[in-house]
Amino acid sequence: MEVVQIVGLGLVATILIVLLRQSDRSDAALLVSVVTGVIIFSMVIDKVKYIIDILSNLSRNANIEFTYFTTILKIIGIAYIVEFGAQISRDAGEESIASKIELGGKVIIMVLSMPILLALMDLILKILP
Amino acid sequence: MDISLIFKIASIGILLGILNIILDKADKKEFAYITTLVGVVIVFGMVIILISRLFDNIRTIFQLY
Repeated sequence: MEVVQIVGLGLVATILIVLLRQSDRSDAALLVSVVTGVIIFSMVIDKVKYIIDILSNLSRNANIEFTYFTTILKIIGIAYIVEFGAQISRDAGEESIASKIELGGKVIIMVLSMPILLALMDLILKILP
Repeated sequence: MDISLIFKIASIGILLGILNIILDKADKKEFAYITTLVGVVIVFGMVIILISRLFDNIRTIFQLY
């Protein structure tokens, strides 16, 4: 049962972090929370890969253009990384750095999604007489 | 993935806290600061390898290049 492992790991890490915060070592508490996040993600990374393989097979069978699928995949990956970094800095109480990280992620996602927007515009112009 | 790293980091943190208190009480503030710094550097060196591995994994799975 993977679920029990993940939840148990989270609980143990939470207790350790509370202990560290009480003894006024919030730097070590932050690092413990980072390591916990990395370990939990690496537990589920095989499953994510399985899901992505199935979705890409489906999109290939449905004859959707493959660049759109990879664009969506890239956007999900960027969103995950940005969320990871922003959450860490928010935990450490640096709200401003977190919002800057999120701003950077949003701009990069916007840049990646521009080709899709242009394709949509082309389609609209083609439909209009 | 080994979970022992979490316990390692937490125990280093607790140890550093105790050392900090002892050195503070013995009126050695500068040594207390140096031990804190060294501990943070050591633990961060362990964690940064994990973070780089996580980012590599995400990059290969979500095809970010």
